Amino acid sequence: MTLRETAPKLSPEQYEKNFAEISPRMTPRQAAVEAARCLFCFDAPCTIACPTHIDVPSFIKKITTDNLRGSARVILEANILGHSCGRVCPTEVLCEGACVMHEKEEKPIEIGRLQRYAVDHVLDRNIQLFHPGAPNGKHVALIGSGPASLACAAELAKLGYRTTIFDRNELAGGLDTYGIAAYKLRAKDALREVELVRGLGVEFRQKTTVGSDITFAQLEKDFDAIFIGVGLGDTGALKIPGEDLQGVIGAMEFIEPTKVRPFAQLNVGRRIACIGAGNTAIDVVTAAKRLGAEIVHLIYRRGEHDMPAFRYEYDLAKLDGVNFHWHAQPVRILADASAKVAAVECVRTRTESSAGNKRSQIAIMPGSEFQLEVDMVVRAIGQEPVTNFVRAVEGIRLRENGTIAVSDRFQTGNAKYFAAGDCVNGGKEVVDAVAEGMTAAGGIDAWLESPRGKN
Amino acid sequence: MSDLSVNFCGLRSPNPFWLASGPPTNTGGQVMRAFDAGWGGAVWKTIGDPIQNTSSRYGAIDLNGVKIMGLNNIELISDRPIAVNLTEIAEVKKRYPKHLVIASLMVESKRETWHDIVRRAEDAGSDALELNFGCPHGMSERGMGAAVGQVPEYTEMITSWAKEVAKTPVISKLTPNVTDITHIALAAERGGADAVSLINTINSLMGVDLETFAPRPNVAGKSSHGGYCGPAVKPIALHLLSSVAKKVKIPIVGIGGIGDWKDAAEHIALGASCVQVCTAAMHYGFRIVEDMADGLAAYMDDHAYRSTENFRGRAVPNVMDWGDLDLNYKIIAKIDAGLCIGCQLCYVACEDGAHQCIERAPQKNANGKRNPNNMEVHVPRIMEEECVGCNLCALVCPVHGCVTMEEIHTGQPPMSWKQLRASQKG
Ligand SMILES: Cc1cc2nc3c(=O)[nH]c(=O)nc-3n(C[C@H](O)[C@H](O)[C@H](O)COP(=O)(O)OP(=O)(O)OC[C@H]3O[C@@H](n4cnc5c(N)ncnc54)[C@H](O)[C@@H]3O)c2cc1C
Ligand SMILES: Cc1cc2nc3c(=O)[nH]c(=O)nc-3n(C[C@H](O)[C@H](O)[C@H](O)COP(=O)(O)O)c2cc1C
Ligand code: SF4
Ligand code: SF4
Ligand code: SF4
Repeated sequence: MTLRETAPKLSPEQYEKNFAEISPRMTPRQAAVEAARCLFCFDAPCTIACPTHIDVPSFIKKITTDNLRGSARVILEANILGHSCGRVCPTEVLCEGACVMHEKEEKPIEIGRLQRYAVDHVLDRNIQLFHPGAPNGKHVALIGSGPASLACAAELAKLGYRTTIFDRNELAGGLDTYGIAAYKLRAKDALREVELVRGLGVEFRQKTTVGSDITFAQLEKDFDAIFIGVGLGDTGALKIPGEDLQGVIGAMEFIEPTKVRPFAQLNVGRRIACIGAGNTAIDVVTAAKRLGAEIVHLIYRRGEHDMPAFRYEYDLAKLDGVNFHWHAQPVRILADASAKVAAVECVRTRTESSAGNKRSQIAIMPGSEFQLEVDMVVRAIGQEPVTNFVRAVEGIRLRENGTIAVSDRFQTGNAKYFAAGDCVNGGKEVVDAVAEGMTAAGGIDAWLESPRGKN
Repeated sequence: MSDLSVNFCGLRSPNPFWLASGPPTNTGGQVMRAFDAGWGGAVWKTIGDPIQNTSSRYGAIDLNGVKIMGLNNIELISDRPIAVNLTEIAEVKKRYPKHLVIASLMVESKRETWHDIVRRAEDAGSDALELNFGCPHGMSERGMGAAVGQVPEYTEMITSWAKEVAKTPVISKLTPNVTDITHIALAAERGGADAVSLINTINSLMGVDLETFAPRPNVAGKSSHGGYCGPAVKPIALHLLSSVAKKVKIPIVGIGGIGDWKDAAEHIALGASCVQVCTAAMHYGFRIVEDMADGLAAYMDDHAYRSTENFRGRAVPNVMDWGDLDLNYKIIAKIDAGLCIGCQLCYVACEDGAHQCIERAPQKNANGKRNPNNMEVHVPRIMEEECVGCNLCALVCPVHGCVTMEEIHTGQPPMSWKQLRASQKG
């Protein structure tokens, strides 16, 4: 992609500094002090709030007794991706948001960081906490290698299943490897966790797209059950003129290279506009700033208080000096003489509440057009489903929004197929994908009625 | 306006705060800095034939990140020649005539040796003498310290030897490492002691390194039992102080776990005329005395106590035999739902550790309080008919003032176990 003007390159040290972890690893002393603050609640609300119901007081207590291996075991038993969850979970609205310390007018316990601290201990030392179950002769295929599939496969492997993951990407890990902001989780750390799962005997077949490289018929022939964890796809189109110009790009396309390529190789516009105000949009604008873009606009058709991004994500973008344009909507993208993005034209909007409608309607204010001079426009208005290809499978039902309909055990309309993660919930968090993937593993195990072997 | 000065055995102490015999009173330089900081008196690091110490020599217990809940040492008496200590005492007294310098003494159990050291200490100008009958480690293996203080007859005998020549007040310092400290205190009183001080340190072993199996404090992979002190020992000190206060007529100096003015005031309320501090000064330095004096004065002003004598010993009669306590006094726990944070610690404590009187009813918080996750805060419910008033829930509740114990009027007159038994017999 060629751009009208690219942001000047930074020194390697500057890139590293810009993408340094926003929530760094705790020192042993920090962990000891923080862990000691935990009240060790009974029936703890933090555990209830965690989608994987990690026994938080128990793992924190173990940190206070220097039993880090036991602490990591408590975490990983409930959530095999406990390491990345500790780094990327929106803890403010999950476990930490439920911590009783709020009622005590004190800072909530830093559960996520403590969680990561404990799991780092075993990952750093390659301590094998879990072992594959005695083989039960059953074989399960998993489509996609994101958090949902990793969690499901790990659970099944512990129960004695042979498991094979098929993923179209070069690297495993799904959005942990390719999507989540690099200052939260680097690809290499996501891959450490993939290794933890591989250590349980899970097989990975990367660069294999199900539906084209291998058919469902083949999978059905070779496997006893099939799990679908394909997540979501590319960002939806803006459907405005100029969308096909050089310099208009989807959020995933923009973020992916920041995870798997050296920062210095990435070309970003000197001035960038991002359309949308969800968490992904925040990841786009914060990455753009960190890559050296000088002027970064975020354009959203509703108001500040309607933005879907979490509060602290918004705060991050504010600290990065992003320009926010509330109540504005792009109408066309303008080009320079060589068909490269030169500006985005927007109109002002007004929200009107209408009875019976949960969200207010958006009205355009005529004559309010304004232009922002930019070299790049990033679409971040939500990922599209990639489930069309499962229509080939008899019985699986898709909901109107393209997500896969499942039972409470995550079984689809075709009994042999289970599904979980973003492709079912429409896009939530890593921890939700893990929780669902684990429940699905239980569902698969119950459906196959596999006898339990002895270890 | 309150006046912190104390008349102790005819001596005037500017305030009741003395440094206890120990590392903070090793040298004249330290003692003078301590007086500048506001200490009223200092008991010199025990003087005797110089010894050689080990390294390391201290160990500590931390609790939940809080340092030094308890301190232990295997240090002996002063490692400096007697003459050097005495010269420095003379120097300090010359420069600080209004502060009390008390020489702590420990020598072989020979009459002449005690006579000699008492005379030399007084000649140097010390205001009073403290006989160290307490050191529980090392010195006791040599027939001194606790080896004397654990035997009432020896305590009485050596106290009387000191009294035979002493012109200044003699304080016998007691060891807590005995079955009944009052016997030792009475022996010291019989021996003529002008006062007793207590407690010296408690026998202890600080822990074991689980990799090397070296006990702590580590001396080349080995250790020895040592003396325990600091915040952890205050309750033990208070108990021993109150029991001695009930028995002896001579003044008492309270020692053990004192770190602030409240600790000091509690010792005074249980009968101490003056108090001594060691660990807290080792932890934070001499400056802690500023708030001790300031806080105590404010407390006394608030209560219109002109002197510590106005409240000294006031709590002693309230310490009774169990059999005298009122069995008809009844309290039950009450939870302030507005303050409750929903941690369920009171529930699990009562359920597993007490009397199963708290219900984990998912009852809404009275304030309709919700956490930032919009989850309701669940307030446990006390089953008042079942509550035995043991206090456990109030003790575990992490929110100050959330669980209170409230009196229930049973309408019955006070009745102690002794009265109950007498009425049953009669
Ligand atoms: C930019 C961005 C930032 C995010 N930040 C956070 C965050 O900070 N914290 C957080 O908790 N969550 C975050 N999320 C959400 C989180 O990444 C997802 O909820 C989670 O990864 C979902 O896991 P999954 O396994 O369902 O899907 P994915 O992680 O999307 O994995 C699906 C995998 O399936 C593969 N696949 C798809 N189709 C096929 C096929 N036909 N054949 C073979 N393989 C296929 C894909 O290549 C991919 O590897 C973020 C998401 C995005 C987009
Ligand atoms: C390191 C150390 C050395 C001590 N040395 C002596 C001593 O030489 N003579 C003595 O009578 N008491 C000695 N003590 C005991 C203290 O005087 C005091 O009785 C005891 O520490 C309890 O008070 P605290 O809780 O304020 O420390 C020593 C205590 C410590 C910690
Ligand atoms: S709610 Fe907070 S204090 Fe209670 S157990 Fe959880 S982290 Fe600890
Ligand atoms: S997995 Fe996420 S939500 Fe659950 S306890 Fe850990 S950090 Fe909190
Ligand atoms: S211990 Fe206190 S704060 Fe916790 S649930 Fe009980 S009453 Fe509430």
